[in-house]
Amino acid sequence: MATDLNLQVAGIKDEYKYGFRDSDDNYAFKSGKGLTKAVVEQISEMKNEPAWMREFRLKGLETFLKKPTPTWGGDLSELNFDDIRYFMKATDRQGRTWDDVPAEIKNTFDKLGIPEAERKFLAGVGAQYESEVVYHSLREDLQAKGVIFTDTDTAVRDYPDLVREYLGTIIPIGDNKFAALNSAVWSGGSFVYIPAGVKVDIPLQAYFRINAENMGQFERTLILVEEGAQVHYVEGCTAPMYSSESLHSAVVEIVVKKGGRCRYTTIQNWANNIYNLVTKRAVAHEDALMEWVDGNLGSKLTMKYPAVYMVGPGARGEILSIAFAGKGQHQDAGGKVVHAAPHTSSRIISKSISKNGGRASYRGLLKVTDGAKGSKSNVVCDALILDPASRSDTYPYIEIDEDDVKIGHEASVSKIGEEQLFYLRSRGLSEAEASTLIVSGFIEPLVKELPMEYAVEMNKLIQLQMEGSVG
Amino acid sequence: MLMSKVLRIENLRVAIEGKEILRGVDLTIKQGEVHALMGPNGSGKSTLSYALMGHPNYEVTGGSVTIDGEDVLGMEPDERAKAGVFLAFQYPTAIPGVTVANFLRHAVTNVRNPERKEGQDLIPMRDFRKEMRQEMDELGMDHEFARRYLNEGFSGGEKKRAEILQLAMLRPAFAVLDETDSGLDIDAVRIVSEGVNRVSAKHSTGVLVITHYERILTYIKPQFVHILFGGQIVEEGGPELVKQLEAEGYDWIRAKYPEAARLAAELEASQQDQGVGV
Ligand SMILES: Nc1ncnc2c1ncn2[C@@H]1O[C@H](COP(=O)(O)OP(=O)(O)OP(=O)(O)O)[C@@H](O)[C@H]1O
Ligand SMILES: [Mg+2]
Repeated sequence: MATDLNLQVAGIKDEYKYGFRDSDDNYAFKSGKGLTKAVVEQISEMKNEPAWMREFRLKGLETFLKKPTPTWGGDLSELNFDDIRYFMKATDRQGRTWDDVPAEIKNTFDKLGIPEAERKFLAGVGAQYESEVVYHSLREDLQAKGVIFTDTDTAVRDYPDLVREYLGTIIPIGDNKFAALNSAVWSGGSFVYIPAGVKVDIPLQAYFRINAENMGQFERTLILVEEGAQVHYVEGCTAPMYSSESLHSAVVEIVVKKGGRCRYTTIQNWANNIYNLVTKRAVAHEDALMEWVDGNLGSKLTMKYPAVYMVGPGARGEILSIAFAGKGQHQDAGGKVVHAAPHTSSRIISKSISKNGGRASYRGLLKVTDGAKGSKSNVVCDALILDPASRSDTYPYIEIDEDDVKIGHEASVSKIGEEQLFYLRSRGLSEAEASTLIVSGFIEPLVKELPMEYAVEMNKLIQLQMEGSVG
Repeated sequence: MLMSKVLRIENLRVAIEGKEILRGVDLTIKQGEVHALMGPNGSGKSTLSYALMGHPNYEVTGGSVTIDGEDVLGMEPDERAKAGVFLAFQYPTAIPGVTVANFLRHAVTNVRNPERKEGQDLIPMRDFRKEMRQEMDELGMDHEFARRYLNEGFSGGEKKRAEILQLAMLRPAFAVLDETDSGLDIDAVRIVSEGVNRVSAKHSTGVLVITHYERILTYIKPQFVHILFGGQIVEEGGPELVKQLEAEGYDWIRAKYPEAARLAAELEASQQDQGVGV
């Protein structure tokens, strides 16, 4: 029960718990700063990639260099692409078992509680440390059913046909500047393949984190869910603190075939100097269901709008998004749903919290193409603003080219209610405790959608964010 | 009775948005006593309750409130709760997403251990749950209720019951019940009243019952009855006063206290000017 967990974690006070970092002397390879053709070629060479992959990267680079930096969304003017290191390899080889994982890295995972997660879920663990996946395992019975869960580098080597068929088809290289950048320098990320009819009953999870200063992280994830198959992929992230800018720019592509289901859950808590510019998109075929559950905390600027393109009749898309913007942070998050077939339905629920001068923006696209008859969509975005210095805005874009549709859109902005605070305080709760409770209540409808462990982590993170924010 | 605290309100003046609503209220409640406070709509009964609890919008412009001589007005609302003051709200506030159980566990932990530092452990779940369920049983509440979000979508009667559940769990020295009977059906008035009586018998709670009707007072029997009018307590007496109001209404009060009636009418007129009349 979420309530009990809530209670268990109430009281965590160690603000710097997620601020630990390992020394970065042990890295096997670091690229220089800045992005050139030579760097891209070097990455491809180090990874021993086939020619097609190298071409893919070079095309990405070319597109990246051509495309202007977006001027909508958040402020990217301080982002200096020449001051970023685009590749770093944490260790020379890939850990097969837990014992093979280097002690220092294990240590980091320990602090993140990964072994526990492993014990609890006994599922595949793909943990991305810096740019490359160092530890990965998959439950044997899943393997026997033909489930593939590996890092994308390995997939290029071992499943080239699958990767080649889909990579860059959901999010083309030229989709946006950051998708192009990722295409050029990507490293790590997960490759998941669920064969037709296979239902994975436990969440597959991967933990990410960036460690070195100015270290870019460009993971590339590709998830293929065949007809009638089901999977829940979970990605959690806590990051240490740094002194200078850092860029995280991932691409996640998902295909859910007829009657399949995929849920992708993310909780990200980046350090306050990170630009988190992520492109996530899924295509849902006939009667397929795609769900994004997306929690964004921390970072300097997050721009992230998970998308579902419903291309087959009866396809469904759900996007649940939570954003918490603290001091000096801008969360520009939301979702996109595109109804490109009849009788498709979608729902976007977005909850944002801003405090201490933070800014949370909801940016969403709802598109219904001509012929997508009988489609339904409902968008609800609620913003909670904790103090007068903080800000929230809503940018809903709606393009409807079909008459026979049912569309709902609600947006609300509330301040932490004086009456709510007073009511709780009159029962003995301090101002800070009361605010924390109100905030956790505000996001509860989304938190209860998370796997239990993530619900605990989410509440813990919110608690940390709230501490010292009031009074 | 080992200890008996005294809550003393002296010449209390309270303004809302610069407008004086209470113009010198005197009221003393000892632990274990039952007082009733009556008065026409808009006379300032809820204002008195909010001011006692420390609502930030209710500005105290004069007078004092003390418990055993210790100043209450300087305390934050949570400190007042810890000092033993409880208010059952006339209109309890909804807190979406926060369950009754979770909220109440925080409240009980703080009120019972006033020295607790933030972040320290809450009272053990097992004990808490057991106690809460017992109280719920006594109030005829379904255990499922504990999982519902606080006051969200509660019926009028459920809200009032939930207030009394909190009262029972927090065991205050002094409780103000602001129209707890309104919105309750006939059986519920009895059940809730019995709940209040049980708490006050066990913990010697001093109770101030704010009501418009005699019914609740036939269960929670007041020794003292006060009538608030025009921002002041104009009449005090025993249960016979309730009978008189029930029979005659407030006209005789208006006739007897023309100055207070003038002030009340003035306030009402000024509220109507601003379109916020009661
Ligand atoms: N927040 C507020 N803002 C403006 N005026 C207020 C506010 N609260 C109370 N008042 C005014 O103060 C006066 C007293 O109101 P109060 O709620 O204390 O009356 P009451 O005796 O509790 O009435 P009732 O029996 O209807 O509950 C009324 O004229 C009311 O309009
Ligand atoms: Mg009232």
